[in-house]
Amino acid sequence: MPDTSHTLIQPPIAMLAELTHRCPLACPYCSNPLEMTQKGAELDTDTWLRAFREAAEMGVLQIHLSGGEPVSRRDIVDLARGAREAGLYVNLITSGIGLTEKRLQALEPFVDHIQLSLQGITAAVADRIGGYDGGFDRKMHVAELIGQMGFPLTLNAVMHRHNLDDLPATLDMALRLGARRIEIACVQFQGWALKNRAMLQPSRDQVNEAKRIVAEARKALKGRLAIDFVPPDYYADYPKACMGGGWGSTGLNIAPDGKVLPCHAAETIPSLTFQTIAEASLRDIWYDSPAFNAFRGTDWMPDLCKTCDRRDIDFGGCRCQAMAIAGDPAATDPVCRKSPHRALVDAALDIDVVDGPQPEFIYRRL
Amino acid sequence: MTTDRIPVIPRGVRRHHDAVRGREVLLGPERALMLDDTAVAILAAVDGTRSLGDIAGHLSAAYNAPRDVIEPDVVAFLDGLADQMLIAYA
Ligand code: SF4
Repeated sequence: MPDTSHTLIQPPIAMLAELTHRCPLACPYCSNPLEMTQKGAELDTDTWLRAFREAAEMGVLQIHLSGGEPVSRRDIVDLARGAREAGLYVNLITSGIGLTEKRLQALEPFVDHIQLSLQGITAAVADRIGGYDGGFDRKMHVAELIGQMGFPLTLNAVMHRHNLDDLPATLDMALRLGARRIEIACVQFQGWALKNRAMLQPSRDQVNEAKRIVAEARKALKGRLAIDFVPPDYYADYPKACMGGGWGSTGLNIAPDGKVLPCHAAETIPSLTFQTIAEASLRDIWYDSPAFNAFRGTDWMPDLCKTCDRRDIDFGGCRCQAMAIAGDPAATDPVCRKSPHRALVDAALDIDVVDGPQPEFIYRRL
Repeated sequence: MTTDRIPVIPRGVRRHHDAVRGREVLLGPERALMLDDTAVAILAAVDGTRSLGDIAGHLSAAYNAPRDVIEPDVVAFLDGLADQMLIAYA
């Protein structure tokens, strides 16, 4: 049994609120689950506001208002206000589609920071990825407004085979738009991205070039632009840490229907049952639910990880990736060189990159 | 680098009292930095008019500590935050 005494479990720092799965875009790498929540099953305003207060009371400092497209919620201003009034740092994660000057002004007092997604740096690429004609032009218009208002801005550039070569121009765009941060987030293969892996997986050359460009840009742009780089982990020797500090350690996620999850992909693990905030308090779910305790600490780990000197660095990697590739959520992340399943990752790279991509994207649609 | 640069806390970055952990934190995009007493004192002296040198002088007087010890700490701490874009120089 994992030790669930509250003294050992730290309170969470950040919460991702997936307010809705509705979205005008249809990006084929969306991190939302394949089975999405319809509008009628979304939490109402008051329940969200209660969740924000509960989160702040238990130690959450930052809230990410996300989706889907969070501004598809008609009550987005009320939600942002409620989050801010609860004492949270409010980050709005948006595609920009659906934001107008009026709406931005209404949000301004409550939103600390905007994270704007970027599908590509030209309409041709961006609209193909987003599956939405004219989306790029509308996004650029919103980006200008955000800049004029002086809103703190991070660009979130999701990168893959079709746009990784545009990395230098992507960094230029961040500077031009006045962003202070950019996230160069190579697609992680969960959810929709896993379905489209053969279309999205970059080549090794692309990845090496991207690493070189990021290293140079970090030096050249010091003090002007902070660059966070998430490399594609199939090419890595060791996995990424699960949720930064391990499962149920620093962050949690609430899905549009109120399910409380340790990460956005956790529902892909069929052996776990997740409670909703209608069923239990956030505090009880965080500290005492079997799902949050399933992979805390080291007891659950295979011996390979338990005895490894990287145990407290990556915590055995991603549980959802272990599920997706090895079929076992308690296996060592198959990306790890030491994993008995690493051959499956290499085989996938061969099929996807060497043999060439599938003919077309499978778009994410509700 | 000179000490006449004037640090400011940019929009989108703010101090917050974390009542649950009983600590001061600095909140910014994707960042929540737990602050120790020294960090709190330095940030409290960042007012948009004082230069790095002024801040060192101010803290040196307030805490009765030698300025040549304090100044490198002030510069290193604020430059470190500037690298993360949590401090801007005016
Ligand atoms: S064996 Fe486990 S702990 Fe060690 S590097 Fe691989 S995944 Fe990480």
